Amino acid sequence: MLGRFGKVTPLVTQNVQLQPQCGMATLKAISIRLKSVKNIQKITQSMKMVSAAKYSRAERELKQVRPIGDGAKQFYEKAEVGPIAEQPQKLVIAVTSDRGLCGAVHTSVARHIRNELALDEQNIKVVCVGDKSRAILSRIYGKNIILACNEIGRLPPTFLDASKLADAILKSDYKFSTGEIVYNRFKSVVSYNTQTLPVFSLSCVTAAPKLSVYDSLDDEVVQSYLEFSLASLLFYSMKEGACSEQSSRMTAMDNASKNAGEMIDKLTLTFNRTRQAVITRELIEIISGAAALD
Amino acid sequence: MALRSVTRLFSRRALSTTTVRGYSDEMSFTLASGNQVFYDAKSVKQVDVPSFSGSFGILPKHVPTLAVLKPGVVSVIEDSGNVKKIFVSSGTVTINEDSSVQILAEEAHPVESLDRSAAQEVLSKAQSSMSSASTEQARAEAAIAIEVGEALVKAVE
Repeated sequence: MLGRFGKVTPLVTQNVQLQPQCGMATLKAISIRLKSVKNIQKITQSMKMVSAAKYSRAERELKQVRPIGDGAKQFYEKAEVGPIAEQPQKLVIAVTSDRGLCGAVHTSVARHIRNELALDEQNIKVVCVGDKSRAILSRIYGKNIILACNEIGRLPPTFLDASKLADAILKSDYKFSTGEIVYNRFKSVVSYNTQTLPVFSLSCVTAAPKLSVYDSLDDEVVQSYLEFSLASLLFYSMKEGACSEQSSRMTAMDNASKNAGEMIDKLTLTFNRTRQAVITRELIEIISGAAALD
Repeated sequence: MALRSVTRLFSRRALSTTTVRGYSDEMSFTLASGNQVFYDAKSVKQVDVPSFSGSFGILPKHVPTLAVLKPGVVSVIEDSGNVKKIFVSSGTVTINEDSSVQILAEEAHPVESLDRSAAQEVLSKAQSSMSSASTEQARAEAAIAIEVGEALVKAVE
């Protein structure tokens, strides 16, 4: 019994050397491919689990932060603060993160800013929060970027991060009169909206038509008020961005796992079919060999 | 400022005794911080806040204003008459025309969850960093830390 198998094996290895394009060689190639796709699926599945955990935390925290964002932007709405025509300098803050593999969250922020820059390149400067927006925008509008920061997205954003960023923005030499924060507003697990939050400088606020109804204001109070409200708006938008990013990564990884599963099914089918073909061919060879001897 | 708002309130109340109490007579009060939301557009009776231009009380129909919070205790008198004391580190107060009040704080905690010894520790640490501060910025930061520490200790007592 064993002796007979011993004769078959060298025959098979010979076959591989002679015909690397079919039979055993393709079988080997398919099994390697199958293994790597299975590994990819494992990775995407675990990434999905990780982002699901991060997402549930981000969403819980976002609920706590929403009143801050709403409160901070209400003053601008109620006092009817608007841009001044003489000072067109504008600041755009892109809220993204360092990490990719999360669908179109970063590109949609970058696209929004690119569209604005295409209209007026001279008077708009950009602050990039997170490596992704910088990488996308620096190709065409590198000279418009005045500030970029990274290490965003590894940990959930804190108020300290936001106030450091606000401090850096206020300390930069760029004197802007109006500004906007471009971020992804979280709607549900499967959707988000790219939206903007307004930011104004002291001169814009003092020129606001309804500011006179506010009692006992001096510039120092308004300045400190604006600085704090910039920090809270940034904090709010970073939280929204983090939540949309995690939810979007969750969906992206879910899709990737599904696609990998489809690939695995197809590859398994081809693998089995090829294996069967190899077996059949070998059987034919043996039988016809035996028939020739008779 | 508080006095003015009180007089304003009295004059308005005399006029509106016959009319039904509308929403604008109530205060839509929001108190939120980076770590917690205490009130979200809730109606309350009165709020006392510490600010850099002096501490003041806010009643419904307060004149619109902006103020910057000083480290200290915000006391909220709820509609039921309960008084809730919340310690805030820094932040802003916005009183809008429609009688909505927003207090946004960097850090806020109920006074009862503060620990006396920890507060003392914060103060002594701030004082030691003040004495070791070499640059202008470090000194300013230490001064702020001391202010917060003093307010904390005062709040616990």
